[in-house]
Amino acid sequence: MSFRTPLGRARGLGSAKRGTGHWLAQRVTAVALIPLTLWFVASVLIHMHADYVTVLNWMHSPVVAVLLVLLVAILYYHAYLGLQTVIEDYVHDEWLKVSTLVLLKFICILLAVIGIFAVLRVAFGG
Amino acid sequence: MAEFTLPKNSRVQQGKTWKAADGAKNIRRFQVYRYDPDSGRNPRMDTYEVDLDKCGPMVLDALLKIKNEIDATLTLRRSCREGVCGSCAMNIDGTNTLACTHDIADIKGDVKVYPLPHMPVIKDLVPDLTHFFAQYASIKPWIRTESPPPDRERLQSKEERAKLDGLYECILCACCSTACPSYWWNSDRYLGPALLLQSYRWIADSRDETTGERLDELQDPFKLYRCHTIMNCTRTCPKRLNPAKSIAEIKKLLVEREH
Repeated sequence: MSFRTPLGRARGLGSAKRGTGHWLAQRVTAVALIPLTLWFVASVLIHMHADYVTVLNWMHSPVVAVLLVLLVAILYYHAYLGLQTVIEDYVHDEWLKVSTLVLLKFICILLAVIGIFAVLRVAFGG
Repeated sequence: MAEFTLPKNSRVQQGKTWKAADGAKNIRRFQVYRYDPDSGRNPRMDTYEVDLDKCGPMVLDALLKIKNEIDATLTLRRSCREGVCGSCAMNIDGTNTLACTHDIADIKGDVKVYPLPHMPVIKDLVPDLTHFFAQYASIKPWIRTESPPPDRERLQSKEERAKLDGLYECILCACCSTACPSYWWNSDRYLGPALLLQSYRWIADSRDETTGERLDELQDPFKLYRCHTIMNCTRTCPKRLNPAKSIAEIKKLLVEREH
């Protein structure tokens, strides 16, 4: 039961005065992922029948290693932004929403760091 | 969490059928959503057979014929019957539109009429638009200035006035907002296409001096950025306006002022 006026309810907590950065980042990362993904898929196809040593040598190249690190970092950043939007859209319980968002952030950062670490380890010949 | 099914008391049941008078040749069946929350009963679909030879061409003509001649308990909003007041907005043949400008001849088979989707129903085809209009008030839909008022009208060039074309025609019928899934899930905070188009109508107005404040108010993950360019708004608008474009223009201005 609430005697709050409709206008009071519509105004709610007011504007967060942010959101443009998120919206822009989602689009910029999407654009960046187009060439990176095409390059990665093409590289995987080229090396489909290559042996282990050939692939290792390919990943030792600084250009390849840098592109792979970028791919992993941007991919998980983009995934985080998109999944955050989905959770905000559909999860309405405040406590559940906040904890899911924090968990999502942890998972995305963890997976990105694992991916980048793996690329660097191979690139530096570990 | 997200809800995927209707609560038990919202399941729509089969209602009564009202046969047309004997001798009617040009019969069309109208299936109309009936719900009276105060009765405690579930919503039902009543079927009315209407003799189109004795009825005007629009869906509203048929609904008024039903109310006047067949079943006076049918409840709906209507006023101007010419597409300028927005009162008779409802879901006809699967699309939100105005009953007064929707031609019965454009519909194949039975005519299915529901209230605007995902709004609380007051009775039958009348949705509760209290929150929608409170949100409209929250965007301050009037000219705001600080300069001393001129002795005469506030002037606009022809080009400045042209920027309001496609915006001022909006009649706030709520067809677009209630067609938007984002508005369905988050209307408590998301303004929805109708009110974002109205917001842009004042942002685009050369006479208004509070463009920055208006953008400040809109820059919010929920008020504006729940729009995911689904485009249902533009597809359904009975005035053939483009709310999705207005929202895109607002997003562009917000990016523009950051660089």
